[in-house]
Amino acid sequence: MKKRVISIILITAVTVGLLYLAQRLLEPKYINDIIEGRLIEEYYDNAGGNDVIFVGDCELYENISPIKMWEDYGITSYIRGSSQQLIWQSYYLLEETLKYETPKVVVFNMLSLQYNEPQREAYNRLTLDGMRWSSSKWNAIKASMMEDESMLSYIFPLLRYHSRWSELTAEDFEYMFSTKKSFHQGYLMRVDVRPVTSTPTPVPKADYSFGENAWKYMDMITALCKEHGIKLVLVKAPSVNPYWYDEWETQAEDYAEKNGLDYYNFLEVQDEIGLDWNADTYDGGLHLNLSGAEKMSVYFGKILQEKYGLEDHRGDADIAPAWSEKVDFYNNMRDDQYRELEEYGYLKSYGGRKVD
Amino acid sequence: MLFTSYGFIAFLIAIFLLYYIIPKKYQWMLLLVGSYVFYAFSGIRFLLYIAVTTLTTWFSAVRITAIQKERNEYFDAHKGEMDRDGKKAYKAATKKKTRVWFLLCLLLNLGILAVIKYTDFVIANINSIFGTETAFMRFAVPLGISYYTFKSLGYLIDVNRGKYEAQKNPAKFALFVSFFPQVIQGPISRYDKLSETLFTQHSYDRIRVRQGLTRVLWGFCKKLVIADRLMPAVKALSGSPEEFQGAWVVMLILFYAIELYADFTGGIDIAIGIGQMLGVDMEENFRTPFFSKNINEYWTRWHITMGTWFKDYIFYPISVSGWMMKLSRSAREKMGKGVGKRIPVYLANIIVWFATGLWHGAAWNFIVWGMLNCVVTVASYEMEPLYKKFHGAARWSNTIGYDIFQMIRTFWLMGAIRILDVYRDVPVSFAQIGTIFTSGGWGEVFGEKFSRLGVSAPDLVIVCIGCAAMIIISILFRRSGEKVRPCEMLTARPVLLQAVLLVGLFLLVVIFGAYGVGYDANQFIYNQF
Amino acid sequence: MEELLEILQDLHPEVDFDECDTLVDDKILDSFDIISLITEINSTFDVAVPAEEIIPENFNSAEALWDMIERLRDE
Repeated sequence: MKKRVISIILITAVTVGLLYLAQRLLEPKYINDIIEGRLIEEYYDNAGGNDVIFVGDCELYENISPIKMWEDYGITSYIRGSSQQLIWQSYYLLEETLKYETPKVVVFNMLSLQYNEPQREAYNRLTLDGMRWSSSKWNAIKASMMEDESMLSYIFPLLRYHSRWSELTAEDFEYMFSTKKSFHQGYLMRVDVRPVTSTPTPVPKADYSFGENAWKYMDMITALCKEHGIKLVLVKAPSVNPYWYDEWETQAEDYAEKNGLDYYNFLEVQDEIGLDWNADTYDGGLHLNLSGAEKMSVYFGKILQEKYGLEDHRGDADIAPAWSEKVDFYNNMRDDQYRELEEYGYLKSYGGRKVD
Repeated sequence: MLFTSYGFIAFLIAIFLLYYIIPKKYQWMLLLVGSYVFYAFSGIRFLLYIAVTTLTTWFSAVRITAIQKERNEYFDAHKGEMDRDGKKAYKAATKKKTRVWFLLCLLLNLGILAVIKYTDFVIANINSIFGTETAFMRFAVPLGISYYTFKSLGYLIDVNRGKYEAQKNPAKFALFVSFFPQVIQGPISRYDKLSETLFTQHSYDRIRVRQGLTRVLWGFCKKLVIADRLMPAVKALSGSPEEFQGAWVVMLILFYAIELYADFTGGIDIAIGIGQMLGVDMEENFRTPFFSKNINEYWTRWHITMGTWFKDYIFYPISVSGWMMKLSRSAREKMGKGVGKRIPVYLANIIVWFATGLWHGAAWNFIVWGMLNCVVTVASYEMEPLYKKFHGAARWSNTIGYDIFQMIRTFWLMGAIRILDVYRDVPVSFAQIGTIFTSGGWGEVFGEKFSRLGVSAPDLVIVCIGCAAMIIISILFRRSGEKVRPCEMLTARPVLLQAVLLVGLFLLVVIFGAYGVGYDANQFIYNQF
Repeated sequence: MEELLEILQDLHPEVDFDECDTLVDDKILDSFDIISLITEINSTFDVAVPAEEIIPENFNSAEALWDMIERLRDE
């Protein structure tokens, strides 16, 4: 009897071990391709000590450089951004972040209000898989799941990624138990340039009002910040594409006014920021590149510091050394990106794509 | 609840654990509750249908047995008093009484089945013949209605024939009808066989549980790793017949044969394996059908419980019925012995295949499919003497090579008939078969066009390995004289090997199964936000 | 009995019906054969074989068949 119990335990242990190994192997690593997949998970090693937290989609994590804000103003900040981050995901990410730290200011980008329900499973994964387990993750998954998704496949990602067996690369073995650091306080750096060639023509919509579900989470974000005594700042990043409708602008302004919040539409101050759409975007106006993001950071950092009285930590001996390392990492990556650009013509190991 | 859903796996684990924890006398009740819960997952309102069939069949059978018992008691009491004619007359009188119950129940349940499954088919045909536009009824079809109706009616017929007595306990009978491993796709068990182990008490037997679990996992493997992997190709090939002709049709025949076999036998493996884990024995539904040397053998090896059901309850009763014998006799007198002998066989055969076709689905595809099977069975019957002569004359006809030739021939013949399952209608199916001889395109199959089927090269490798495994297991089974189930052979092997196999099968299903949202890196490529 | 053996021999000349007692189990008689047999029995012995009698035990050997015929005749 005893022998049998031991053998059953042993077999179970071996099975679980093998499943774990299989899962580590088969989960996507997002090392050189779709590196956005690692944005969320990188936070946990850098959590804490930030005066500003940005939550939102790529209009934040590609457009704002916390390192630049540090260099110019001594502001400590982190971007909890991810691809097509939906507003309920922003809410739960913020909720989770507040378990690690309490910033003075939270910045939220308004573009994601356009989505009232889950959009694509693939993007859900990019945001949710990287989260550590907590009630926030559970609730974020529940709010985000498409009809054909199951909670079980988030708990055991192997159930989701098992079919990658035929696409495994050396990368999957190399990074089975480790990962690479790629971001700068949640900022995804790109130095390449692809100018804006055409501005989008707005497609008329039947209904411009943001959905009920989206507003619900907007209210929840507002309430959460109030509860923690955090100043919530709403923004619309200066991306040309996708089109930001006047009707959306009105709704954003109205909401800010009604709730006594500050709202900045950076599209309206492009000239003051000094954005040059021939040089400051890497994908024709969807996202800013490094030079654009730095201009944006200089402009926005000033507002943050002046209006919300954020401290300059540059002289703080407890904080500055760590940040100087971050600055080095930032500068090294910038140099390396320029090198790759020169060598290959595109950003080979930074998620760039070869231009035919 | 599909077998291949997370929900079913959780359900199964719960049933299994409870089954061996609760007092043994409640085991069958747990199975009944479990079966009804399982059934309710397909739609609460469907419980009504299965309950009606259960109750009417149970009650009619109980009545029939009571009348038969009364008769036997009467005979015992009046032994020696009655002459042969008196006995006969009394028998006839009781038969009349049982027949009322029998026919009422039979017609009611066949009626339900017919109305639910075939009303729209009839309406469609009336509409197309008379140009009317009667609206379809679109009845929702209760889960496994064909299966549980056949199980019930087989029981009713057996009781009426006096083969065994009716089950007095309606709950036990309800379990027989609704037993969850069988309700979706069989096997269509016979009451006398299944009841031997279904209601008895079972203590935990680790050897049997291990065998059952191995078989369940192997079943999942067949369904998820092999069948579902080929599914996109079968869908693509049959969905655009204009695009895929000639050699592609041959590919479809092959792929569909593999898909259907792996899916169906996989499902049966899961059902029988679950039974084994619970101590309930079921009959085999497949015995290496693709090793059949002719169509008649094929139909004694493929979906066996359905074949024997049709044979025992339709083919034999029709072919030996009084009117058939009369017909045969008069034909014999007027047209000779050969014709007289053939009439019962052929007529019954046509009826059975028509019914079998209809049973598979309410569509002309299936009726034509049934009729083709009928033609081929009759043809092979007629050719038998010829074959025998030939076999006697040619020495090489007894070689393994010739056996294999016959197996391959039967495989492709049955495969060609089977594609009526997948094409949208009968003319398309025939036209597609025709293109095999006219279009060719054999080189194309290995070209770029193959990528349109949604099956990658690694997928094909997996399928090939899977097929090799299925063939090896079939050969092992045949070598045992078809007596020892492959998962039972393992018991003689070291426990460690069995454990490795179990864990291996489990991992195989988890990793190589074609389930869940497929990971597709391309989905991420245009990363707009 | 002689007549029955003749009928059987006619159906399967290659089988030794005096010895064989696994006609159904070994698939020597298939369902078509069984029906032919019943038709022959019906016309030769004037015995109707009902469907419920079509079980392997009754058809596995010539002797079993004969027993069944005798029994049905009596009823």
